[in-house]
Amino acid sequence: MDQAFVGHSYYWLSAVLLLIGLHGILAHTHLMRKLMAMNVMQVAVIIFFIAISAKSEATAPIAIDHGTSLTAEAYINPLPHALMLTAIVVSVSTTGVALGLLIRIHRRYGTLEESELLERMRE
Amino acid sequence: MTEHIPILIVAIPMVTAICLPLVARLSPGAARAVDISGYIAVCVITVMALVRVLDTGPWHYELGGWPPPWGIEYVVDPLSGGMAVLVAFMGLLVSVYADSQRRQLPAWRSGVYDSLFMLLFSGLLGIILAGDLFNLYVFLEISSLAAYGLLSAGGNRAIVATFRYLLLGTIAATFYLLGVGYLYALTGTLNMADVTSQLPAIVGTAPFGVAVTLIVLGLAIKMAVFPLHAWQPDAYAYAPPPVTGFIAAVMSKVSAYALLRVLFFVLGAEGAAGAVIDIMGWVAVVGAVAASVMAVAQTDVRRMLAYSSVSQMGYILIGFSISNAHALTGALLLIVNHAVMKGCLFLAMGSVVWRTRAVTVDELAGMSRRLPWTMAAFTVAAISMVGFPPTAGFFSKWYLLQGAVEADAWVFAVALIVSSLLSAFYFLRAIERIYFAPVQDTHVRRARVFEVPVGMLVPVVVLGITVLLLGLFNRAIVTGVIEAALPEL
Repeated sequence: MDQAFVGHSYYWLSAVLLLIGLHGILAHTHLMRKLMAMNVMQVAVIIFFIAISAKSEATAPIAIDHGTSLTAEAYINPLPHALMLTAIVVSVSTTGVALGLLIRIHRRYGTLEESELLERMRE
Repeated sequence: MTEHIPILIVAIPMVTAICLPLVARLSPGAARAVDISGYIAVCVITVMALVRVLDTGPWHYELGGWPPPWGIEYVVDPLSGGMAVLVAFMGLLVSVYADSQRRQLPAWRSGVYDSLFMLLFSGLLGIILAGDLFNLYVFLEISSLAAYGLLSAGGNRAIVATFRYLLLGTIAATFYLLGVGYLYALTGTLNMADVTSQLPAIVGTAPFGVAVTLIVLGLAIKMAVFPLHAWQPDAYAYAPPPVTGFIAAVMSKVSAYALLRVLFFVLGAEGAAGAVIDIMGWVAVVGAVAASVMAVAQTDVRRMLAYSSVSQMGYILIGFSISNAHALTGALLLIVNHAVMKGCLFLAMGSVVWRTRAVTVDELAGMSRRLPWTMAAFTVAAISMVGFPPTAGFFSKWYLLQGAVEADAWVFAVALIVSSLLSAFYFLRAIERIYFAPVQDTHVRRARVFEVPVGMLVPVVVLGITVLLLGLFNRAIVTGVIEAALPEL
């Protein structure tokens, strides 16, 4: 049992966050909460990518001293970090667009609660 | 200059998209010229790229001179070249169509609108050409974000539908990205060709199964296949007609392309993704029939067309699932045909709504006497959707059926036929109203013929003629492009 958890805590964190986010999107009836759950889900993937690049006793891939330790083992893999910078940008823009849509919905219907919204849309 | 065509296909629309709002502020006329010339330029260079690729084989373009797998690579092969030509052609026609409607908007808003359209166009072309999995994700999100903006332009109901789409689209993209993360952890690479070369070591392991499942699930949601289609009918019904025309025609097809690329070119059909493909096929069978039943129940023509799209996406997935040469030919042909047919139907319906405010099947009564040319194109496309020869739709269904029979997949064959019969029911019902029902609406009766402006009419008619041409010359398309584009089986 320990084997599944020791050294894998970040993967578990990522999986739990993903499920919390997914559950939130499906179960909550308030659109703003759905949006927040969506963000939690995106963070889960970011943590997953950062976790796969983590390495103990390694450092950022900046070669200060060119003479000595230029082996790959001494450095963490920077690629997932770069990818996640892009993913964070995507996540921020998606949130921005979503908030814009929510403002328009609230201005028109005066609510973000799904049941009330459906009722007012029917009128 | 010509050696940089692969990057220009994506870069031209992206730069144009950034410039358009600024130019529109200075001069709306100049913005229109920039917009149209952007589409024309992309059309020309995609055709040049396809011709070269059919002649000399796949074209790998290394961004910034960094060789893959370290650098980013764009790949033009017969499949991606053909898709790029299709998207460019549809983009040009829709932008001509949108021009007439856009004139009502104030200058800066029409600039933003054109800019989002260009951005969507650029994102879709990027998905098509991307040679690595993460780039595909980025372009997927670029096109989706632009699509959210465009769909929400249709008013209040459209905004609620768009928000639903945004949530679902983001779940899809997150699944895809997580799947790519698994593949990266397994192989240490994101380049498609490089992943393929490392497959033998990882096929059959549990993480590989998770990766494939997540990627397929993500792309299937983007394709809006049944039962993940809930956002689509609302969004399509309320969005501005040119937006619906373009998104319905091209966007889901590009997701289908991405799925084909990943399943058959990156992961290889045999063994690697076997179980996932099988399950996908059965879901598609249920979807193809269920969506047709729902289409029959619709009164709003645009919602009917949206459900018909969901059903056709099912056909494409059935083709992928059978995955023999005939079925894949059928699926690819259907991707092309459906883009043209559905683009024609939605644009024609957009003209009807714009002119007469008629939205239901009953309100189409006598429309052939009011918008004769538009309705002729609508009818050709509708007949093709049902699959009568010699229209394009017949041949794609024929290949799919042939593939299903060869594979002894009788359930799939029956599903295709049942779904086609249902589509015959709801499309012929609409055609009957258009041509044979007496004119009911008084507003329509007062004026005699009031065809839409030339700018809106020409794209619809061109698409209608293209449906016929695709049918008549389907042999040339299949042997010329599609057979070269098929994955090795």
